Amino acid sequence: MSGQTTTATGRPSTRAGAPSAAPHKSTRRRAFSTRRGLVILAFMLPAIIFVAVFTYYPMLAGSQMAFRNWNLNNLSNTDWVGLGNFQKIFADPNFYVILGNSVLWVVASIIPQFIIGFALALWLRRKFVFRGVYQALIFFPWAISGFLIGILFRWMFNGEFGVINDLLMKAGLIDTAIPWLAEPGTAMTAVIIANTWYGVTFFAIMILAALQSVPDEVYEAAALDGSGKVRTLFSITIPYISTTLALTVLLRVIWIFNFPDIIWAMTGGGPANQTHIITTWMISITQRGDYGQASALGLIVMVILLVFSAFYLMAIREKKGARS
Amino acid sequence: MINRELPAAKTVRIAFLGLWLIISLFPLYWILITSFKTPGAIFSYPLTYWPEEFSLENYVSLFEKSNFATYVVNSLLVSTVAATVATLIAMLSAYVLARFEFRSKAAVLMAFLVTQMIPAFIALGPLYLMMVQLKLVDNRFGLMLIYVAVCIPFSTIMLRGFFANIPDALEEAAMIDGCSRFGALFRVIVPVMKPGIIAAFIFNFVNCWNELFLSVTLMNKDENKTIPTALNGFISSFTIDWGSMSAAAVLTIVPTMVLFAFASRYIVQGLTAGAVKG
Repeated sequence: MSGQTTTATGRPSTRAGAPSAAPHKSTRRRAFSTRRGLVILAFMLPAIIFVAVFTYYPMLAGSQMAFRNWNLNNLSNTDWVGLGNFQKIFADPNFYVILGNSVLWVVASIIPQFIIGFALALWLRRKFVFRGVYQALIFFPWAISGFLIGILFRWMFNGEFGVINDLLMKAGLIDTAIPWLAEPGTAMTAVIIANTWYGVTFFAIMILAALQSVPDEVYEAAALDGSGKVRTLFSITIPYISTTLALTVLLRVIWIFNFPDIIWAMTGGGPANQTHIITTWMISITQRGDYGQASALGLIVMVILLVFSAFYLMAIREKKGARS
Repeated sequence: MINRELPAAKTVRIAFLGLWLIISLFPLYWILITSFKTPGAIFSYPLTYWPEEFSLENYVSLFEKSNFATYVVNSLLVSTVAATVATLIAMLSAYVLARFEFRSKAAVLMAFLVTQMIPAFIALGPLYLMMVQLKLVDNRFGLMLIYVAVCIPFSTIMLRGFFANIPDALEEAAMIDGCSRFGALFRVIVPVMKPGIIAAFIFNFVNCWNELFLSVTLMNKDENKTIPTALNGFISSFTIDWGSMSAAAVLTIVPTMVLFAFASRYIVQGLTAGAVKG
């Protein structure tokens, strides 16, 4: 579900500080009218109530479960256990393997997504016949749920009747069928390929949008100066859209880290727990009924992502500061 | 610069775009033709890339073996209602957030953004307990309520970008002519905003249509299941009936694809309205 939503977070930041000046002037004129306050309240209230009741309340209630013994199999004892759930997680050797898997899952998915998405965006800038149709066609994966994409790729990576083995054999790249989803190494590769297929589109859209904001004059000036294509790309295009690029990458990292659907449908975390990332592990713990431990894991995810976001944003800011 | 392109560069570009088109569409093609193969042909070797005979057997058995028609109706009902309500509510809040300055505005925006960053699973247990108390477990209305809440933050932020691009002189003129603010919004702004509203609605609809984990938690009775819940049931069972599964996958994908194809340009605009201005 959060698939599309990641973009949301990028927009206000990219446009921060630049809301059009016109509404500002006119709203100030009515700054002290009660009517204005009533309009704000009446228009905002439904949204705030819904989000507070069905998102924030359960989120906070869930967070407190992390510090209690909360197991659906035995609800007679829901005592506070302090950091007990966290201790159990940190003592579990699986946790470190799964943490490593999560990092691998993010890094190995995002790099090809970024490169292919960037290339698509660059090449889609030029107008051509059927460009609209082309864009609509390559955006289709975005309309499919991650879960269903998992099912699709589970079928294609099937060891016996999977089309991917068949294509690889036809191309002469392998001699015998690979049981993709039955071996830890190949299973991880397979889920990452599926995720890459899904995510390229998003990068392509965001980068294409950013590219459209680069004024043509900048390119004309570069052409006059005689700089080549590669030079133009690295000295003009990339710096010009670096804010969008950086934010898109940040949001994708957060989202991919939090995104269990594809893995859940393809392998369910198997074989032998080897394709679990933190959020799929969280689901399987939830299914065992141990909400206390699952919530503790959820809080750990949050902390990791917050720390990462903070460092990442600081790094971007420093880099920007150095340039200007 | 943009208008000159060497023949070699053109070849590379076309080859790349073509290759990616094939990669994008191949999985969809594969599931589509699998769904039309006879169950025997699905599990025969060598694989066929074009079914020798088109058979509707998988679709027939899908509807015979499961209440698939019920799941489709449930999904359509829940997604349409939730997406409509969420879009309307988001429109109001987006309008306020784009047009007014007020003290808690930054806090509201931040609160909406944070919802996107926290693993949904933290909320799952408490939501379930809450719905038990409200007697809304296994109830389509209950699922709609939650979906509305899930959809609001994203569509608010998306629509806010659109509102910000529309000059407010437009509704001021209407208000001087005697419209109320509400009237001005619906008579003057909404028509101008149509692309943004369509994009937000489609996003909300696709989100609800595809949502899995909330519906798995809340919908237990077979007659209440949505399509993703049913699909999850299919793969949880020990062996997967790939014939019915591929038929189910096709029927799940087609409605969202039709919506996407119909409105993809609005969606691109919707996603990019903010970024372009940045």
